[in-house]
Amino acid sequence: MSAAVDKDAGEKSVSSAFAGPVWKHGLYAASAWLLAAIVTVAFPDVVPWGSRDVFVALLVAGAVVLAGLAFGVEKLGGFGRGLIHYGPWLIALGLWFALWELITAKLGWMPKPFFSPPHGLLHVYIVDWQRILICIAYTARLWTIGFFSGIIVGFIGGVALGWSKTFAYWGMPVLKLIGPVPASAWIPATFFLFPTTFLASLFLVALASGIPVAILTASGVNSVNRSFYDVARTLGASSRYLVLRVAIPAALPHVFVGLFMGLYYSFAVLVVAEMLGAKYGMGWYLQFQTAYSAYANVYAMLIIMALLCSGLVKLLFVVRDRLLGWQKGVVQW
Amino acid sequence: MVAAAAVHAASDDSAGLAVDFQGVSHQYDLDGQPLPVLRQIDLAVAPGEFVALLGPSGCGKSTLLRLAAGLERPSSGEVLADGTIVARPDPSRVLVFQDPTLFPWRTVRDNVAIGPEARGVLAGSQKRIDDALRLVKLEAFASAFPHQLSGGMAQRAALARALVNDPRLLLLDEPLGRLDSLTRLTMQEELLALWRQAGYTVILVTHDVEEALLLSERVIVLTERPARIKAEVAVDLPYPRRRDDPRIVAQRQHILEILGFSA
Ligand SMILES: Nc1ncnc2c1ncn2[C@@H]1O[C@H](COP(=O)(O)OP(=O)(O)OP(=O)(O)O)[C@@H](O)[C@H]1O
Ligand SMILES: [Mg+2]
Repeated sequence: MSAAVDKDAGEKSVSSAFAGPVWKHGLYAASAWLLAAIVTVAFPDVVPWGSRDVFVALLVAGAVVLAGLAFGVEKLGGFGRGLIHYGPWLIALGLWFALWELITAKLGWMPKPFFSPPHGLLHVYIVDWQRILICIAYTARLWTIGFFSGIIVGFIGGVALGWSKTFAYWGMPVLKLIGPVPASAWIPATFFLFPTTFLASLFLVALASGIPVAILTASGVNSVNRSFYDVARTLGASSRYLVLRVAIPAALPHVFVGLFMGLYYSFAVLVVAEMLGAKYGMGWYLQFQTAYSAYANVYAMLIIMALLCSGLVKLLFVVRDRLLGWQKGVVQW
Repeated sequence: MVAAAAVHAASDDSAGLAVDFQGVSHQYDLDGQPLPVLRQIDLAVAPGEFVALLGPSGCGKSTLLRLAAGLERPSSGEVLADGTIVARPDPSRVLVFQDPTLFPWRTVRDNVAIGPEARGVLAGSQKRIDDALRLVKLEAFASAFPHQLSGGMAQRAALARALVNDPRLLLLDEPLGRLDSLTRLTMQEELLALWRQAGYTVILVTHDVEEALLLSERVIVLTERPARIKAEVAVDLPYPRRRDDPRIVAQRQHILEILGFSA
């Protein structure tokens, strides 16, 4: 159903995107980007932000590429189709750059230290890229170790809780008790309990991502249709087979719900934990730059965070689609 | 029984399993209340015999098959397979469930492969799996997922999943119930041909008196729940049988009367 709607919208935008063989949206987008470039060079900045010329060069280069693509985008296959789909977005982006330049750098309408023109952000990347990269690496290390240890323990624990009555008897009440507590509530305690802030942050991220995975895996294993076990048992399955080849695949849709929840919670607690005690990291960077009123740096980092987090969510969707493709015809996707 | 005995003589003696229900009673727990389902069932099925079970809905036919499969232990009495007590499921006694219960996350072929995979003999069973799929005419749907099958196709896939294990006892719980009448006829013939060739023992639950008479050597009629054996009817006719055979028609009438329909 939703796929059909998407397809309709796609076809409509394709039909209006072209004038004969020429990709109109590509030309409009090129003009919009050129406009942004002109606005940026033609008027003086109210205060210097740096990297203005690099920004202009990038806009012009983008405009040239878009104008070129207007006459050959269809030869690019899948990538070209993606560009055509996002044609209106490319136009809007150019217009937004022009407007953004006007109201910040050129007219100075927006309160000064809090808002930065696009070339101000670009300047941050150019000047501060080393520190930004180090911060990304620190955060990536914390998140990767924390998230994966969290979901592995959560998944194994969830399977045990869903499968074994003894585990469920002792584990479920504990899980139900601590499960609903927001992971950030543990912050004060963990910073005392762990020898280093890194270990404390690691624990928080693991906790935030592991608990939803554990709860949903347990409920998934619990709700497996009993007849599946009967079928497998009459065909000679061992308990090991019942767990690995029946319970776990049958519970996987639940597990993925838990993984998505865990992913979002892990981002939330990650940044907070870094703001509190870390020496590097993206959360720390936000905190540090805010203290110095370097808001351009804050926005620059926020953009990177948005891209990384949405990239990870997208990646999880891809993994889910590969593993749960069989569900497509069974439930609303 | 004479004709059937001749059939069995042709096949391997060890192929069929002898099943012996000895004073089997069973009850379920329904909201804390005991629900007696089977009462004092005594039934001996010879190796290689084809027995059909008939009875009113909810009388306990599926339960009887679950006991024979070893999925449950009877509340009292014992089920013996070749003289040993049936205590747990075993791939030599395969049950085809009333619902196909295919695993939705596996393709048809992978569903059929469950038995060999569970027993760790998957690598050597590829040909058998293909044969089983061909037998139920699903080779074109080997890589389809269960939700892409019709009800009858799913039922046939479940049958293939059982047959691939070379069972010595095949427990069939209304396996043809969802098939359209034409497919049903072909599948009846297939079941019969397979049984005569492989020589396993079959206990078939059906609600179709004619099907019981066309396929089985003995029809067991059960009472309302809690089920007891109400009557046994030997069907002493050579295969293939014809539904318009006057002896079949007469026996059909007889069984319907036992079941309480005297039209
Ligand atoms: N697990 C269970 N717990 C409680 N009661 C059960 C259970 N399984 C079956 N029963 C009850 O046992 C009785 C017999 O069930 P069974 O499935 O054996 O009937 P059946 O003869 O196969 O019926 P049908 O022809 O409709 O399939 C039914 O009344 C049913 O409600
Ligand atoms: Mg039944």
